[in-house]
Amino acid sequence: MAFISVFDVLGPNMIGPSSSHTAGTAVIAYLAHKMIAGPIKQVEFILYGSFSKTYKGHGTDRALLGGIMGFGTDDTRIRDSFSIAKERGLEYHFTINETETDIYPNTVDIMMTNEAGQTMTVRGESLGGGKVRIVRINGVEVDFTGEYSAIIVVHQDKPGVVAHITKCLSDRNANIAFMRLFRESRGHTAYTIVESDDHLPENIVESLKENSNVHDVMVIQS
Amino acid sequence: MDFKNAKELLKLCEEQHMQISEVMRQRECDMGETTCDIIDHKMRRVLEIMRNSATQPIKTPVRSMGGLIGGEAKKLDVHRARGESICGGVLGRAIMYSMAVLEVNATMGLIVAAPTAGSSGVVPGLLLALQEEYHISDERILDALMTAGAIGYLAMNNATVAGAVGGCQAEVGVASAMAAAAAVELMGGRPSQCLDAASTVLMNMLGLVCDPVAGLVEYPCQNRNAAGVANALTAAELALSEVPQLIPLDEMIDTMYTVGKKLPSELRETAQGGCATTPSACALCAQCF
Repeated sequence: MAFISVFDVLGPNMIGPSSSHTAGTAVIAYLAHKMIAGPIKQVEFILYGSFSKTYKGHGTDRALLGGIMGFGTDDTRIRDSFSIAKERGLEYHFTINETETDIYPNTVDIMMTNEAGQTMTVRGESLGGGKVRIVRINGVEVDFTGEYSAIIVVHQDKPGVVAHITKCLSDRNANIAFMRLFRESRGHTAYTIVESDDHLPENIVESLKENSNVHDVMVIQS
Repeated sequence: MDFKNAKELLKLCEEQHMQISEVMRQRECDMGETTCDIIDHKMRRVLEIMRNSATQPIKTPVRSMGGLIGGEAKKLDVHRARGESICGGVLGRAIMYSMAVLEVNATMGLIVAAPTAGSSGVVPGLLLALQEEYHISDERILDALMTAGAIGYLAMNNATVAGAVGGCQAEVGVASAMAAAAAVELMGGRPSQCLDAASTVLMNMLGLVCDPVAGLVEYPCQNRNAAGVANALTAAELALSEVPQLIPLDEMIDTMYTVGKKLPSELRETAQGGCATTPSACALCAQCF
């Protein structure tokens, strides 16, 4: 089991009322906003399970919207995220899905469109105590928590890409904690997720993109 | 320095002649690969948030998001100010602070989960009341928070602190065990007495179900935080008086976990049983979000 810190017990510092329905959802949306380039123009949240029933009373909607705007779990602006989103010209919608029940109870899909017109869909699960898991990116099943600094490399499923990724990391002396590859199907789009204990060097993005099979790179610092 | 259960923790305390708070701080430095300065800085922020959330609604009460609570801490303050409190200084204040924190939580204010949001009032409630009544320095309260953290860590490591897994006994029960141990160390008790107090709380709150009205972290959560403070204070008093606790903390944590898993899912944070399905609660649900 991972190290349990005293601040996992006395924490997170958070906007209430619920670590799973408020803090956890802010974290999921925060991670999602880090995965798309530039400002987000439009966002739709699809709420499943327990979220679909009690989201208003738990402020889940405000927390999600706050996270998308980059607010942390302890940011008091979460309360006013509707009005802040309006000021920023961010268009948002909440949709309830009560028909799909064969799904983890605290699940949300986040569909984002940025100013360049790019779209991205991220699915997250809130596990309790503010802990979360990102389980899907653009329909591909993935698995990471955001507790470590992470690089997400979107690439063609071709030989040599993983070797290129590890070389870029070792060239910068970055230590890999976990590394996993997820793919749609053989030869199609794949996602390699590298998690590291250390702060990741920002300039790694350019060198990763030097390989022609790499489509996109996202860096999420812990 | 590390420990996995209460027995190992006590052994470390006795061998090293250290308090639980000292062992926990050293563990955090060693295992978290960080410095004591960083840890102390983060803990000061924890205490600052706790103090704000425990006092703010006494001055300015706010109605909760779901509309089930709001204004309780202020009522308790008015009652105390009239000299009509039957609980006395420490308990009267502790109840008020614990309910205040849950009020802040339910109005989307800033709190520290301790160990969860729904049980966030107990630890600050009791520690801040003791601080005021006995004129205790912030430094010693910061130590007591480490002790509280040690007990919460034991429950997280060996059982659960999630209401959805173990019921309210795992949330307010564990929070109260944390508060009791912290209070014992703060008032001069030995490490073994701290662990006994925590064990007593889990024993006395064993089986408590999680049954939030309308599924919201409001009612009976806020009430149960106040009750948890009373349980913690009682257990601390027993331990400090050398009343023996016959069941060690490790065994009580195991038992709490076993009982929690045996609770039907209706009584584990699903709002499908207990208080949540009483006719009055169902009527209130219609008015909530």
